[in-house]
Amino acid sequence: MSDETFEPRIVGFLCNWCSYRAADLAGTARIHYAPNVRIIRTMCTGRVDPTFVLKALALGADGVMIAGCHPGECHYLEQNFKALRRYQMLKHTLRALGIEEKRLRLQWASAAEGAQLAAAISEMTETVRRLGPLNWRDNWDEGDRYEQAIESLAREHAEALEVPA
Amino acid sequence: MAERVGVYVCHCGSNIAGVVDVEAVARWAEANLEGVVVARDYKFMCSSLGQELVKEDIEKEGLTRVVVAACSPHLHEKTFRRACAAGGLNPYYFQMASIREQVSWVTEDRAQATQKAKMLIAGAVQRVLHHQALEPSQVPVNEHTMIVGAGIAGIQAALELADAGHPVYLVEREPSIGGHMAQFDKTFPTLDCAACILTPKMSDVDAHDNIKLLSYSEVEEVSGFIGNFHVRLRKKARYVDEDTCTGCGICIEKCPKKVVDEVFEAGLGYRKAIYRPFPQAVPKYPVIDTESCIYFERGTCKACEKFCPTGAIDFEQQDSMMELDVGNIVLATGFRLFDCTRIPQYGYGRLANVFTSLEFERMGNAAGPTGGRIVLRDGVTEPKSVAIVHCVGSRDSRHHPYCSAVCCMAALKFGHLVLERTQAEVYSFYIDIRTPQKGYEEFYDRLQEEGMHFVRGRVAEITDAARSPGEEGKLIVQVEDTLIGRQRRVPVDMVILMGAMEPRLDAKEVAVRFGISCSMDGWFIERHPKLDPVATMTDGVFIAGTCQGPKDIPGSVAQGAAAAARVQGMISRGTVLIEPVVASIDESKCSGCRICNDLCPFNAIDYLEQEGVSRIQTALCKGCGTCVAACPSGAITGAHFNDEQIMAEIEGLLYDVLHTNGAQAPAEEPAPA
Ligand SMILES: Cc1cc2nc3c(=O)[nH]c(=O)nc-3n(C[C@H](O)[C@H](O)[C@H](O)COP(=O)(O)OP(=O)(O)OC[C@H]3O[C@@H](n4cnc5c(N)ncnc54)[C@H](O)[C@@H]3O)c2cc1C
Ligand code: SF4
Ligand code: SF4
Ligand code: FES
Repeated sequence: MSDETFEPRIVGFLCNWCSYRAADLAGTARIHYAPNVRIIRTMCTGRVDPTFVLKALALGADGVMIAGCHPGECHYLEQNFKALRRYQMLKHTLRALGIEEKRLRLQWASAAEGAQLAAAISEMTETVRRLGPLNWRDNWDEGDRYEQAIESLAREHAEALEVPA
Repeated sequence: MAERVGVYVCHCGSNIAGVVDVEAVARWAEANLEGVVVARDYKFMCSSLGQELVKEDIEKEGLTRVVVAACSPHLHEKTFRRACAAGGLNPYYFQMASIREQVSWVTEDRAQATQKAKMLIAGAVQRVLHHQALEPSQVPVNEHTMIVGAGIAGIQAALELADAGHPVYLVEREPSIGGHMAQFDKTFPTLDCAACILTPKMSDVDAHDNIKLLSYSEVEEVSGFIGNFHVRLRKKARYVDEDTCTGCGICIEKCPKKVVDEVFEAGLGYRKAIYRPFPQAVPKYPVIDTESCIYFERGTCKACEKFCPTGAIDFEQQDSMMELDVGNIVLATGFRLFDCTRIPQYGYGRLANVFTSLEFERMGNAAGPTGGRIVLRDGVTEPKSVAIVHCVGSRDSRHHPYCSAVCCMAALKFGHLVLERTQAEVYSFYIDIRTPQKGYEEFYDRLQEEGMHFVRGRVAEITDAARSPGEEGKLIVQVEDTLIGRQRRVPVDMVILMGAMEPRLDAKEVAVRFGISCSMDGWFIERHPKLDPVATMTDGVFIAGTCQGPKDIPGSVAQGAAAAARVQGMISRGTVLIEPVVASIDESKCSGCRICNDLCPFNAIDYLEQEGVSRIQTALCKGCGTCVAACPSGAITGAHFNDEQIMAEIEGLLYDVLHTNGAQAPAEEPAPA
C-alpha cells in the first residue's frame, strides 16, 4: 500500500448527546468530510473504556477519535472530565508502546458543531495519513497472545487511573 | 447460537441511493456477514411498507435480529424497534447503521461511500448478534408541570394546562410575569393594544386554582427524569410578605428614592426603590430593590414600613429555597435585545436621540414614561423626521447571521405610530422587507400608503457631524441607496435602531441545567426542526417561544400551546417507558474496591458494608456508562452498551482490515470479564 493511496481507518467513539448529534447535523447540513472515521455511539465519553481504544488499534485501526460534549456540558454532569483523564493516561500508555500519540484524538463537539466535527475528522484523517499505517496487529511481537497482552495492559492502565477520590 | 439476521438497506429516495450503491451493499452483506440470512434494499424503509417488510421477514424467515441501514437512530430507531415488536421480536434485538447522515450526505466519492456503508453495516451486524432482550421499565408521570419563564409563551402554556385541569408551577425570574409583550403599546399587524390582550391572561394566571405562580424565583437545580423531575428553586426575598400585602401601593407612593428603571422602562423612565414594574403587574406585591433602597444602604428610612397599613414590609426576609416534584418541564425563557452599543458607528449611548426599539416601545406606550408622546430625549420636542434602521445586529456576519424575524414588522408598526401621532417624515432603512405571515404584507402596503419612505441599503453610519447648513443640529444617516446606486445622507431628528433578538445571556447555563442543547447562536435546540419543534432531546423537557429562535407573538403562543398539548399527552397516558439502558453490578465479581462509588454523578451506587460489595440503584442510574468503563474487576455491565457489544462493533467496523490482511477475525473470544 503506497502512502499516497493510504486511506487510514479510524474508529470514532461519539457520545450520544453532543457529538453523535453533531455528526447528524454535519449530515443534515451536507458538509462533506473524509470518509475514514467509522462511528460507534456510546451514551457518554465516560463509557469509553481505554480497552476499547487499545482493542481498536490492535485490531487494525490506524487511529481512534473520542468525541463528546464540551467540558461543563456533559449530559451526565462531568463524565467527560473522566474521559479527559483517561485520554491523558492513554496518550501516556501509547507513548510507552511507541505509538504516535496523534493517532488518538479527543474532540469536543456540541450538538451545534457539525462543521467543527467534520473539520476535525478531515484534519485527523490527514494527520494519520501522514503517519502511515499502524499495522500494530502485525508488528506485535507477542504473536497470538497479543489479545491477552492488550487486556492486561488495559487493566493495569485502569488500575493506575481510577484511584478512588 | 445461530442467530438469523435480517439486513435492510434504505434508499431514502435518492438521499442514500444517489451516493451509495445500495443494492451492492445489500448483496455484500448477505454474502459475507456471519448470521445474515436476508438482506434487502428498499426505497423507503420508514414507510409503512418498509416496516411491514421487517415484520413479515421476522415471521416468515424466522429472523432473530434486525439491522436497518438508513438515517440516524435519533430519527427512526423507535420506528424500527416498533416494527420488530410488531413482528414479535424483542425491540432491543435491533440495531441501526446511519448511512445517510454519516455516509451519503457527507461523502462525495461513490466507491468510498459504498465501502463505508458496508463497514458500518458490518459493525451493526456484529453488534446485534450480542444484543440482549430488554424490557423498558414503566414509571408513573407526575401530573404537575413546571413552566419556566412567564412571557406570553409560558403564560399560554400554563393556561392551557391549567384549563385542562392539571396543576402547574409557573416560575418567573422577574417580579412580574408578562415578559417583553408587557412593555409594548400596540402589536402588529392588527395594532391591538398589547395590554388589552395580555393583561386578561395575566390575571387569569393569577386567579387560576391550578396555577401556582412563583415569581421572582429561579431554578437552581434539576434532577430526575421524565415523569419524575425534582427541582430546587430559590425564591428571592421581596422584603414584602405576600400573605399580608394587599397590593394597595401606598409604600410605593411614600418611598422617597427614585431610580432609573433599566429593565421595564428600558432606561427611559423612573421607578421607586420599592416598586412594581408596571401597574397591572402580576403578582401585585411590590419588591424592594436592595441596591437602591436607602435603608439597605444607610440603615435608616423605612418609610414604606411606617405607612404600610397591613405591616407587610419585612426587612429581615431572606431568600428561601423550595423543592418541587414535577413530571414535565416547559422552558419559555424568551429572548433579549441586542446591545446596540456594540455597533459604535450607530452612536447609541453617545448620540442622545438614537433610541433602541424597546425604548421606543416604552415611549409609544400610553402608560409609559412620556404618556405615549413621541419626543426627543429632552422629553418635550417632537421630531420632524425619524429614521428607523433595520437589521441592527441581525443578518450581519460580525454579529448574528440570522434574521430576527420580527424587526421589519415592528419597524412598520413604529412608522405607523410616528405618522399617527406626529407630523414627522419617517424613513425606513432596510436590506429586505420581510413580511411573510398572515396580514403582514398588507400591513406593509398600508404603511406605503400612509407615506412612510423606504430606502434600501444597510446604514453605514449615524453622525452629528454636519457637512452642510441643512444638516446642522441633525443626526445624519449615511447610507448607500442600493436601488439608485448612490451614497445618501439623510438628516433626521430621531433614529430608532431595530436591534436583533438574541438568546438570553444565561441561555447556555440554563440549557446545561435542564440537560438540553443550544445552537451555535445560543437558541435552544428542538428535537426536530420540522416535525418536533417543541420537544427536545431530553424527554420531558419542552421549549416554547423565542428561547427556541426569533419569532412573533402568534408563533410564541402557538408553541406555548403545542408544548402544553405534548405535556397533556404525557399526563393522560399516565406512565412513560424508560429506556432500560442502565448499569448493574455482578456482586459475585465485585471486589468491593469502591472505585465506582464516587464516579457516579447521580450517586446511584451504594456500598453495602455487610456484603462488602457495591450495588446500583436502577432508578437513579441514567446509563452514562462511566462506572462500567472504570470497574477494574469488570463487575459492571451497561445494558445495551456492554463490553461484548461494543467490542463486536469495533471488530465489525474494521471488517476490511481483518479480512484483507489475511488475518481472520479472532474467533469468538470469551467476553472480556
Ligand atoms: C421591539 C420589539 C417589538 C415587537 N413587537 C411585536 C408585535 O407588535 N407583535 C408581535 O407579534 N411580536 C412582536 N415582537 C416579538 C415579541 O416580543 C415576542 O415574540 C414575544 O414577546 C416572545 O415571548 P416569549 O414568551 O417567548 O419571551 P419573553 O417575552 O422574553 O418572556 C420570557 C420570560 O421568561 C423570563 N425568564 C427568562 N429566563 C428565565 C429563567 N432562567 N428563569 C425564570 N424566568 C426566566 C423572563 O423574565 C420573561 O418574563 C416584538 C419584539 C421586539 C423586540
Ligand atoms: S468498581 Fe467494580 S469492583 Fe469496585 S466496588 Fe464498583 S463494582 Fe465493585
Ligand atoms: S452508568 Fe453512570 S449513572 Fe449509571 S450507575 Fe454507572 S456511573 Fe452512575
Ligand atoms: S454526554 Fe457527551 S460527553 Fe458525556
